[in-house]
Amino acid sequence: MNTWSLLSLLIWLPIIAAFVILALGPQREGLVKMFAMLTSIVTLLLSIPLWQYFDSSSAGMQFVENIAWIPSLNINYHLGVDGIAMPLVVLTTFISVLTVLSAWRVIKKNVHQFMAAFLMLEAMMIGVFCAQDAMLFYVFFEAMLIPMFLIIGIWGGPNRVYATLKFFIYTFFGSVFMLIALIYLYMKGGTWNIAEMALLPLTMKEQFWIFWAFFLAFAVKIPMFPVHTWLPDAHVEAPTAGSVVLAAIMLKIGGYGFLRFSLPITPDASSEMASIVIGLSLIAIVYIGLIAMVQKDMKKLIAYSSISHMGFVTLGIFIAFALVLKNGDTNMALEGAMVQMVSHGFISAALFLCVGVLYDRMHTRMIRDYGGVINTMPLFGAFFVFFAMSNAGLPGTSGFVGEFMVILSSFQANFWFAFLAALTLIFGAAYSLWMVKRVIFGEVKNEAVSQLTDISKRETFILAVLAVAVLFLGVYPEPLIDVMRVSVEHLIEQISVSKV
Amino acid sequence: MNITWSELTPIIPELIILATACIVLILGLFSKSENGGLLVLTSITGVVFAAIATAKSHMGTYELVPQVLFNGNFIRDYMGDILKIAVYFVMLFVFIYSKQYLRNKSNFKGEFFALMLFGLLGIMIMISGYNYITLYLGLELLALSSYALVAYDRDNKLSNEAAMKYFVLGAIASGMLLYGMSMVYGAVGSLQVDQIAMNVTNLQDNMLMVFGLVFVMVGVAFKLGAAPFHMWVPDVYHGAPTATTLFISSAPKIAAFAFAIRILAQSLEGLFDNWQHIIAVMAMLSIVIGNLFALQQTSIKRLFAYSTISHIGFMLLGFLGGSEGYAASMFYIITYALMSVAGFGMIIVLSCKGFEADNISDFKGLNQRNGWFAFMMLLIIASMAGFPPLVGFFSKLYVLKAVVDQGYYILAGIAVVFAVIGSFYYLKIIKTMYFDDSESDQEITAGFDVKSILSINSLLQLGLLLFIPSIISYCIKAIESL
Repeated sequence: MNTWSLLSLLIWLPIIAAFVILALGPQREGLVKMFAMLTSIVTLLLSIPLWQYFDSSSAGMQFVENIAWIPSLNINYHLGVDGIAMPLVVLTTFISVLTVLSAWRVIKKNVHQFMAAFLMLEAMMIGVFCAQDAMLFYVFFEAMLIPMFLIIGIWGGPNRVYATLKFFIYTFFGSVFMLIALIYLYMKGGTWNIAEMALLPLTMKEQFWIFWAFFLAFAVKIPMFPVHTWLPDAHVEAPTAGSVVLAAIMLKIGGYGFLRFSLPITPDASSEMASIVIGLSLIAIVYIGLIAMVQKDMKKLIAYSSISHMGFVTLGIFIAFALVLKNGDTNMALEGAMVQMVSHGFISAALFLCVGVLYDRMHTRMIRDYGGVINTMPLFGAFFVFFAMSNAGLPGTSGFVGEFMVILSSFQANFWFAFLAALTLIFGAAYSLWMVKRVIFGEVKNEAVSQLTDISKRETFILAVLAVAVLFLGVYPEPLIDVMRVSVEHLIEQISVSKV
Repeated sequence: MNITWSELTPIIPELIILATACIVLILGLFSKSENGGLLVLTSITGVVFAAIATAKSHMGTYELVPQVLFNGNFIRDYMGDILKIAVYFVMLFVFIYSKQYLRNKSNFKGEFFALMLFGLLGIMIMISGYNYITLYLGLELLALSSYALVAYDRDNKLSNEAAMKYFVLGAIASGMLLYGMSMVYGAVGSLQVDQIAMNVTNLQDNMLMVFGLVFVMVGVAFKLGAAPFHMWVPDVYHGAPTATTLFISSAPKIAAFAFAIRILAQSLEGLFDNWQHIIAVMAMLSIVIGNLFALQQTSIKRLFAYSTISHIGFMLLGFLGGSEGYAASMFYIITYALMSVAGFGMIIVLSCKGFEADNISDFKGLNQRNGWFAFMMLLIIASMAGFPPLVGFFSKLYVLKAVVDQGYYILAGIAVVFAVIGSFYYLKIIKTMYFDDSESDQEITAGFDVKSILSINSLLQLGLLLFIPSIISYCIKAIESL
């Protein structure tokens, strides 16, 4: 295994850059932007070897770095990625470049602070995916909150303070229970190493409590019904770049947490509780899908659609338990959940960017203020329609692959699960296309719309890159699935063996 | 009763501080009241020399063996030295921020620094006292200096009221302490720490001893500001000049920790079964009361006062965790002193002539006025609240781990829940700084030196992350060498 600390580099480069940017101060705006851009591009480039040299035939951790950090508390600086974490790391670095670019002209106040907070956030998110030490994971998990808190609170919309406090309180509250569970596991096993925690024998009762502690932390983050209410508020008030990061990456941390902690550490409790989680996921898919349909605010609509789509992730993860019992294709369920996470990362980012494009020009997100945008912004209209289609799960786009895999595997478990989940193909199409119809098509509705200018080169570039990613993943998802296959199989081995 | 010259070598740091205090007192008579640069410089030099003298014993391979001096009245040991070095650090920050404060107030008098230096001497004696009477003398030296420092702003009503309250309550607490000590003496026939420890296990009937213990603990709790003996803390913090608050909220807490260690851990460890419940109740009450009352405060000094109470609760919690718990408490109190001094330093730096930034609303829109200091305050606040990755998180984690190790699950649970509740008032400050619009466009007038020292102090909340392992290992070693 190569030893050049790639993961550390990915984490520390943005942090150092953030401090440099803070030191550059508010006057040198142009320099700050260039520097932030450069940092995020270098980080992206550095994450390419991660993909290239990743050995997809091994389920073990790769690019491992493990040094003692606080010996008296047994905390190690232990990084590593497997097939589940690696795609998410690359997704993070990829989306980060686009968000920096998207904030280029939009953020006008305290640009240096925005870029610094943003790079910090990027570093923390990469850290979360790489951490193999539970305490290190927790540190990144929590440290992420402060930059996001500030991004929403400083650069957000009119009701930003309420939204950001709600965001903070929900997430913080959830994660404290995780901390307690982690301390308990540490007391029990004397190690913070996540992989070793998974080997601990735990009684059913212990697993039960630990499962719910983890569940609170990750369900809030993902977010699942009924703890999802912070997300629409946060999305609506956050600046475009904040929404993009929130939807594209931060929500994935919840799903990743389930795969990394809940499943391997508490397999029996997860199996026992799977029906509850599946139920909540189905509620999210159907009920939240219906809520999305009646939204008047575009960002809110996409936020609810995000919750509904993340329902597929939790459904895929927990339907796996039913499949283990029935000897079904468990691989497909988990892989479907992973593909759905990555794909949703692209699509939701693109949709929020599209809304951002409109908002920058019209300063409103209300659907009723638009109409006939295609007449003045043809190029943008094309992109918007494309992304809305992929959000609805049009075959050939990445949105289809993950949902289809999850629906297929839930079919093996229970017909009605599959039936309810498949309803999203109707609801998703309904709310996405209805929004498109009202915003993009039709007659030019008012003076403001008729004076819109089409997207600039910068905006075209961002959307085009995302469109290519969505199409590629939709047509040929094999590379992504290849990378995670062995790790997913390893995970399934872990969950099919009872610990009790 | 013969004291030899050779016994004076280990107490050179104390002698240096004593000499500096006297020099500053005399210098203060001759220096013009406007410009106190010389006084600050002398004080800092004194502290630096004392630090060198303390640290010198640890250079090279030489290991400090505990030396008991002056017929068992005084001890020079590893824990004492570590704590003293921490105190010197904190005092350097205190002197520099105080200078700024007194300049703002145009109220520069030599006595201020002389009193602080006498207070520092008291702290050092408290850290190194090995006899209850020595400990008491150190405590009184510190307390008397503090009373005078609180009343320093002679024409300010609040300041006088605070000093009165502090004095009266402090005198009662001292009385309790002495009364308790006399009972301990009656029970075991000695006031020397190691002899009490020896005799306490051989007692047939420890009724009298337990009575003494209770009174002593009341005294200790008062000095620490632990609930339910915390009533003076908010008023004194609020009323005292900020420079004084800065002092009494930081270094004396370290001394009070040492005091508690000498009494509870070193001499009365045999009565652990008796004092553990008292400590548990006080720790819980402090955490609960401190966090709940802080939620409603509008004055940032009062807010910090209540937050201090909750921090002291956390530190006391560590006393339940055996020797690992003592080390955790020690780590906690050292990092806390560094946070607290930075917090009050920030208030001083943001204040300027005729204006004191002691309300939370004075922090409104700080980010617009000065982004750098808003960021520094963010670090301090987040560290106090115990958000990872700042050092405050690790000190809390360490205490919790030590306590859970001993099976106090419920106490740890309550502590965590209230730490979460507490995070909301810290969050409120962050919100005020970043999201509200500023009401004034007051420039920050502080000098470059103060600004950079404050920045270093705040960045320590992050920078200490690299040194946590070594600081913790010092703490563990210190506790082991007791």
